[in-house]
Amino acid sequence: MLLRASRLLLPLAILASLLGCSAGESNVAQGNRDGILHFGNGSEPQGLDPHVVTGVPESKLIDALFEGLTRKNPWTLEPEPGAAASWEFSEDRRVITFHMQPEGRWSNGEPVTAYDFVWSWRRALDPAMGNLYAYMLYPVLNAEAYATGKIDDPELLGVRALDDMTLEVTLNEPTPYFLQLLDHYSSFAVPRATVEKFGEATDRFTRWTRVGNIVSNGPFQLREWHLNRRIVVEKNPHYWDADAVRLNGVVFYPTENLVSEERMFRVNQLHVTNDVPLSKFPAYRKLDDSPFIEAPYLGTYFFLLNTKRPPLDDVRVRRALSLAVDRESLTRNVLYGSNEPAYAITPPGTLGYQPPRLFSFDPEQARQLLAEAGYPDGEGWPGLELIYNTSESHRKIAVALQQMWKDVLNISVTLANQEWKVYLDSVSEMDFQIARRGWIGDYVDPNNFLDLYITGGGNNNTGFADPVYDEMILRQAPQAATQEERFAIFHEAETRLMEQMPIIPIYTYSSKHLVHPSVKGMPPNLMDFVNMKYIYLEDVPLTEFELE
Amino acid sequence: MWRFIGGRLLQAIPVILAVITVTFFLVRVAPGGPFDSEKAVIPEVKAALEAQYRLDLPLGQQYLAYLRDLAAGELGPSFKYPGRSVNELIAAGLPATAELGAYALLVAVLLGGLAGVIASLKPNSAQDYIPMSVAMIGICMPTFLLGPLLVLVFGIHLEWLPVSGWGDIPGDKLLPSLTLGAAYAAYIARLGRAGMLEVMSQDYIRTARAKGLPEWQVVTRHALRGGLIPVVAFLGPAFAGLLAGSFVVETIFQIPGLGRFYVQAAFNRDYTMILGTTVFLSTLIVLFNLLSDILAAWLNPRLRAQYGEA
Repeated sequence: MLLRASRLLLPLAILASLLGCSAGESNVAQGNRDGILHFGNGSEPQGLDPHVVTGVPESKLIDALFEGLTRKNPWTLEPEPGAAASWEFSEDRRVITFHMQPEGRWSNGEPVTAYDFVWSWRRALDPAMGNLYAYMLYPVLNAEAYATGKIDDPELLGVRALDDMTLEVTLNEPTPYFLQLLDHYSSFAVPRATVEKFGEATDRFTRWTRVGNIVSNGPFQLREWHLNRRIVVEKNPHYWDADAVRLNGVVFYPTENLVSEERMFRVNQLHVTNDVPLSKFPAYRKLDDSPFIEAPYLGTYFFLLNTKRPPLDDVRVRRALSLAVDRESLTRNVLYGSNEPAYAITPPGTLGYQPPRLFSFDPEQARQLLAEAGYPDGEGWPGLELIYNTSESHRKIAVALQQMWKDVLNISVTLANQEWKVYLDSVSEMDFQIARRGWIGDYVDPNNFLDLYITGGGNNNTGFADPVYDEMILRQAPQAATQEERFAIFHEAETRLMEQMPIIPIYTYSSKHLVHPSVKGMPPNLMDFVNMKYIYLEDVPLTEFELE
Repeated sequence: MWRFIGGRLLQAIPVILAVITVTFFLVRVAPGGPFDSEKAVIPEVKAALEAQYRLDLPLGQQYLAYLRDLAAGELGPSFKYPGRSVNELIAAGLPATAELGAYALLVAVLLGGLAGVIASLKPNSAQDYIPMSVAMIGICMPTFLLGPLLVLVFGIHLEWLPVSGWGDIPGDKLLPSLTLGAAYAAYIARLGRAGMLEVMSQDYIRTARAKGLPEWQVVTRHALRGGLIPVVAFLGPAFAGLLAGSFVVETIFQIPGLGRFYVQAAFNRDYTMILGTTVFLSTLIVLFNLLSDILAAWLNPRLRAQYGEA
């Protein structure tokens, strides 16, 4: 009775309908025809409010939807006109006058004015906003005092509108990299009328960024947002430079699992991936016309040394550990040669700056330093613990270091992996001896790396304190008359830093993506910055990527 | 029967309350907070954020406030996704997860049930050993191995089925359902075989055979109902387990479900999201356990009599 034949057939029928016909036209084929880019974006964005979110996937979306006063050129990384058509500096380079785009429009057709930026910067800096990236605007006069609640009159901020089309920004001191900060989303304008329609200016819980509500001023506008599935943006017809925008739309996928992402790419479901699994490097490199695109990335992989704890309070021990690391071998064998060894904190070629190179792999000197510190051939070594956040590649690197220290110095170092938030807690509380760390630059300037190690800096985490170093970074460099002089000061400061060795640099990051041959106008660059405005798709025949 | 159901529902309240309390305080013990990030956070900004989420209050007060909100059906705002409430995130993730769970269960019952019955008909023969060995492999094979394996064969080499997605391309629901259902199918096969073997040796089966019924009618009309009782008892917890445990499959196939939110919430220290999903899933588990008990009672006359149905 319970299981008549007919009842058995029903589930079978459902199962059969699930199977359906197999995949029809691929996303890439369809996208190439219709001008739609299918983009692997790493994860579901936290949100789309430029003053609330932090993170790379968010930045890719916000860069497509919004536009700051300037916008980076993806080939040169030089600031190009964005919401501002032009700008000029005052004699002392402390005051910048921006002239807004005459045709600048929000996606609802309303003009983008200087007042929008004044209101938005006040919002971005308002302590009630809880904006984690508020400090990006700190070069602006009184911005830090306002953001930390020391003053509460927004009129005192160094940003004001002279009229609809003219914005005047006053800085604390000349800041050579300031124009670069203007294409970071924390300095973007948000549409006041829309924000206020759905809540208070500083409200984090509003619906203004939802489909149908959001108004933006970038090359694209939001069309669909399916949580954890995809976000679709389409060309914004009101964008001032709409004629230059060649894509009709972009579909962003939250490709959290990079192995799945690679498979999606292989069956032409994605034009561009967010990342590439380490184990696939060799196979992709072997392909003719390989879609595997690698480029240096503005970031350094290194280890923090807690200079407050023995035996690492002895500079000789710190140097011995660093000199015993064979970075050439590590990057070649563990990282499949995809990264350059690093010998300082600032990545080479940051705006033409070359960091000092004070040492290389030197087992002899390393052993000698360790002996001088009282541990000849590892005798009496008290042991050390190295922590890293749980990840296969971090583990491989830590194991390699452990082995090198054993081989060269005859000392033992234990490894401990920690879950991400536990690891962050250990690092910020300096509850470690050696800790893995990475730093990705927010803007292309040595200052972004060197100011990490000022005394008591929030991201110092090593206990390193050197008043002379602080003086160079905080006073001398900003006052330098020329970029050359400024870089000379940075070079001297970084030399001091690497002599003290509070960190062990390992390698310079590189960005890695799989990019379909049909994607054009997306050059690799030091910031891994994607300017969707310039991307277009060529209708090339689809290739099968046959991997070994 | 109603008294039985009512009693079970009352029992559920302290269970769920205990789950809430333990979860609430356990997540706070874990090192690191929702606003810790790789780059140092300005203390004033952190203070402002904590005030917005009531984290500046004493823990006891936070707990009471949470219970009050919960009584009103509010699971609170998510920490990780500002501007979205936990209610909204669960509502967004549930359909895909529930659908995946239902298809997986369907796969499990069809494949597992069939294999179990076939195996039980000729115990200790090839007809028994082959399906049961396959089932053993199914139980031992973790989804994170089976999933990529199926994708490699059917998605990449044969190109019959899509490698990921959910409801985007026809056929993309098949591999995830198979992957998730496989382990449960294997389990059901073993349960079904054991249940059927027991029933097939009962007197009433001998009676049915003595009446001269053909063997397939003996099985479908008389044996199945009793033989599948262990399977039915297993279905409730299994479905709840499918909902709560679909995380791996959801990640492999990029399915926009609840499991991904749940696990990410723990990594992100998204307190409200961890609590919200835990409360929601534990309620579901209690509910499905109850449902499967009711179903088992309906199938088994002895239990029905015990619960006092007229």
